[in-house]
Amino acid sequence: MASLKQTPSQTVGPYYAMRLFAPDQNRLVPVSAPGRIRVEGCVLDADGVPMEDALVEIWQANAHGRFRHPDDPRVDVPLTPGFVGFGRAPVDLETRRFWFETTKPGRVLAPDGSSQAPHLSLVVQGRGMLRPSFTRLYFADETTANAADFVLVRVPEARRHTLLAHLVSSDGAPTYRFDIRFQGNDETVFFVFD
Amino acid sequence: MKRYNPPSVADHPPFSHAAYRSTVKRSPAFDAILVPQTISEITGPGPAVSALAEDDADLTTNAHTGSAAIGERSILTGRVLDENGAPVAGMLVEIWQADASGRYAHPREKDFPAPRDPNFVGHGACKTDGAGVYRFTTVKPGPYPWGNHDNAWRPAHVHFSVLGPALVTRLVTQMYFPGDPLLSLDPIFHAVPEPARGRLVAAYDHSVTMPNWALGYRFDIVLAGVEETPTEEAGTWRH
Ligand SMILES: [Fe+3]
Repeated sequence: MASLKQTPSQTVGPYYAMRLFAPDQNRLVPVSAPGRIRVEGCVLDADGVPMEDALVEIWQANAHGRFRHPDDPRVDVPLTPGFVGFGRAPVDLETRRFWFETTKPGRVLAPDGSSQAPHLSLVVQGRGMLRPSFTRLYFADETTANAADFVLVRVPEARRHTLLAHLVSSDGAPTYRFDIRFQGNDETVFFVFD
Repeated sequence: MKRYNPPSVADHPPFSHAAYRSTVKRSPAFDAILVPQTISEITGPGPAVSALAEDDADLTTNAHTGSAAIGERSILTGRVLDENGAPVAGMLVEIWQADASGRYAHPREKDFPAPRDPNFVGHGACKTDGAGVYRFTTVKPGPYPWGNHDNAWRPAHVHFSVLGPALVTRLVTQMYFPGDPLLSLDPIFHAVPEPARGRLVAAYDHSVTMPNWALGYRFDIVLAGVEETPTEEAGTWRH
């Protein structure tokens, strides 16, 4: 049994960007990086109104499927110099979109030994959010990998589409659209990782 | 594989808490889907980001204007631990706060007629040492009004952010000051289950107070811990 109790979560409030965002924290790779992709979207409230002060944090493996972390046991898979795999993307006040530039992650193992489909882990916070919401972004064009993904198969089929990012532009870096919705029939699937 | 204890409703506020109005339309309606932790969740940015970060732990001077911030100079210190009591060492702790008048140095601040301190930027960072100890020097933030309800004021608070060792240890919270009469009126504080609220209130600690210099407050932070190691032989390993 745990001997101490967790410190309760509180909202980041409207002014988190004073500390929790620095320029380029949403650029995980340099503009020159091969295989660079762009992901953008809105965080929508119950009325479908894009929030102006939400924060999306992302965590991902590199293109080879390796996490820069001491608990990733796959030391035979190379790290990418300079690539951490963490990003912070606040919603832009003018466009009401968040965006980040990164590389598509490689496949990582699931607890049952299968390969997970390429995915980004997202943590959504904001004013009016007393706790972080955890979700995942998958790529709609990875049909085969998605169909067998350890996490996606645990999501009711009718809701899986809320976790798919769609290619919307191939001019320059391929751009994927991923909106995060609170409430409504198309609410984004959020997870508790147990 | 490691497994971190998931968040419990006994420790954390609900997503929706009507008294804090903006939660109503910004909270999930469906229940979260329970999924076993994978390598994506038991890893996280904390170790790598912390390794790259530098301390910036004196908010009374880090505006670098040549003048010190105005207010009650205060030391905020404590340990970052996991639920098993193990120190979370070498981990970045980030804070942001209002100045002594209750003003935030944020361009979109909803201002009220109180003077802003030009010598206070209101944020900082500090890495925990081997025992999990962090230490900031700052000024005590002022309470500030907000639009949640009629004559609403936030109690004095400092926002804390810790990534922790894994994605699922992410914690953003707020530290409050002991004896603040506004605590009993604050819906954000009250969203936390009553038995857990006290964990958000720092203790005044005279042994931290520095003579002729600053008042001392102690605030420990406890992150989700790794489930006590079950052996595979015992058959309790979940994955
Ligand atoms: Fe605040």
